[in-house]
Amino acid sequence: MSEPYSSPSSDVMIQFDRVVKKFGDHVVLRELDFSVKPGEFVTLIGPSGSGKTTILRLLMTLETADDGTIQVGGEYLSHMERGGKLVPADERHLRNQRKRIGMVFQQFNLFPNMKVLQNVTEAPVRALGLSKAEAEQRARELLEMVGLSDKIDAHPMQLSGGQQQRVAIARALAMRPQVLLLDEVTSALDPELVAGVLAVLKEIARTTDITFLCVTHEMQFAQDVSDRVMMFDQGQVIEDAPPEQLFTQPAHERTRSFLHAVIDRAV
Amino acid sequence: MDWDWEYAIDSLPLLAEGILVTIELTVLGALLAYVLGLVFAMIRRVGVPVLSQFVYLFVEFIRSTPLLIQVFAFYYLLQPAIGVKLSPFLTGVIMLGVHYATYTSEVYRAGIEAIPKGQWEAARALSIPRGRVWTGVILPQAVPRVLPALGNYTISMFKETPLLLAIGVVDVLNSAKEAGAETFRVIEPYTLAGVFFLLVSYPASILVRKLERRVGTV
Ligand SMILES: Nc1ncnc2c1ncn2[C@@H]1O[C@H](COP(=O)(O)OP(=O)(O)OP(=O)(O)O)[C@@H](O)[C@H]1O
Ligand SMILES: [Mg+2]
Repeated sequence: MSEPYSSPSSDVMIQFDRVVKKFGDHVVLRELDFSVKPGEFVTLIGPSGSGKTTILRLLMTLETADDGTIQVGGEYLSHMERGGKLVPADERHLRNQRKRIGMVFQQFNLFPNMKVLQNVTEAPVRALGLSKAEAEQRARELLEMVGLSDKIDAHPMQLSGGQQQRVAIARALAMRPQVLLLDEVTSALDPELVAGVLAVLKEIARTTDITFLCVTHEMQFAQDVSDRVMMFDQGQVIEDAPPEQLFTQPAHERTRSFLHAVIDRAV
Repeated sequence: MDWDWEYAIDSLPLLAEGILVTIELTVLGALLAYVLGLVFAMIRRVGVPVLSQFVYLFVEFIRSTPLLIQVFAFYYLLQPAIGVKLSPFLTGVIMLGVHYATYTSEVYRAGIEAIPKGQWEAARALSIPRGRVWTGVILPQAVPRVLPALGNYTISMFKETPLLLAIGVVDVLNSAKEAGAETFRVIEPYTLAGVFFLLVSYPASILVRKLERRVGTV
């Protein structure tokens, strides 16, 4: 018989316990285990198609796991306790859990029918029940932080990719999430716009106690901001180390060849 | 046969009455088709159990049988069978509306499908309540794109109203027939009725094409 799943604890923010995710016959996560501490900035690297996005989507409750448990902030995300037993989460449970988690997507996904300000106020008003004035106050502060105070009345279509992504970051932060998930947030940007977005993220990581799980191919950025880097391949975390160690002396052969390939591509 | 202007002008008041009915039928039928079609499309998209399959079968059934037969069946068979007696006009509005709702539901469906998956996911990630996702995110993006197609179906409905003559709805064409019945001269009233359809349909389709160029098509 297998061991019981670990029970929620408050000194871990994210806990994957033997999580399995399949698409048809294709097993993407094979009993994946990892944890992230509160306030940590953890970067996930790994080959294309290995399942990094899937990990973030599971946390964002956009996918459901086939097996194993996921906890966030000491509470089950994937499951709920009912009559002393663990049963798969229903939609209501997910709805409550997901408010603590924010995500920034590769393709920004701003709402094109809303102006910038409303993109940022919409969720706090509709999901958290903030008054319009409170939400606008919060949105203005966040838009100032991402350097877009002058774009409050613009439509997303009128903004550059980099500006749109900074709005998307403000939009996610407006929900005051405990965890922020970043999925290759600069991959869709023109090279000259990448630095602006990364600078904003660095600033947020430095000044807030939000826990970050970040998928990126920006190795310099990963090295600068991460507390830890996890190399993910073939359904498992194969190496987990502080960035200076993982980038300079990878212990695993597959990490080494992956880093070579990525760095060759960048040069 | 010669064209008799005096007679043509005499038949105008009677025609005007029919024109009014035609316009009322089209407007009310179209409103019903817009609303019901959207309801059908949303039920199918959300995948409401049972209801969704029912809507699917209903839509397929309505689309694969002629409107005229549906009108007859509804008026002469279904209504007596369930013991209701609606006026021919109301019957006409309902039949036009329901029939065209099956077409508009496909239009809405295409419009909704055209919204990128990322919009739904962003809304979900932000915990925006489901009803608000529809009214605040999806429909404001989908509806402008379907307006041209809705416009085209409205023009089709307008041109199909004479079919309701079969259950005695007095529309333009019926008025033309009545005008002719007194004198056995039909060329003037029928021509005028035709001109009326042309005068409305043609500018309307130009407008729809203009709209298409502005918002694109689905
Ligand atoms: N909805 C889905 N249905 C079927 N297969 C899927 C689905 N989503 C992802 N996959 C598959 O799961 C695997 C992992 O996908 P995922 O997007 O998580 O990879 P990734 O590591 O983020 O890749 P990339 O670096 O290219 O973004 C891929 O093989 C992908 O084809
Ligand atoms: Mg990915």
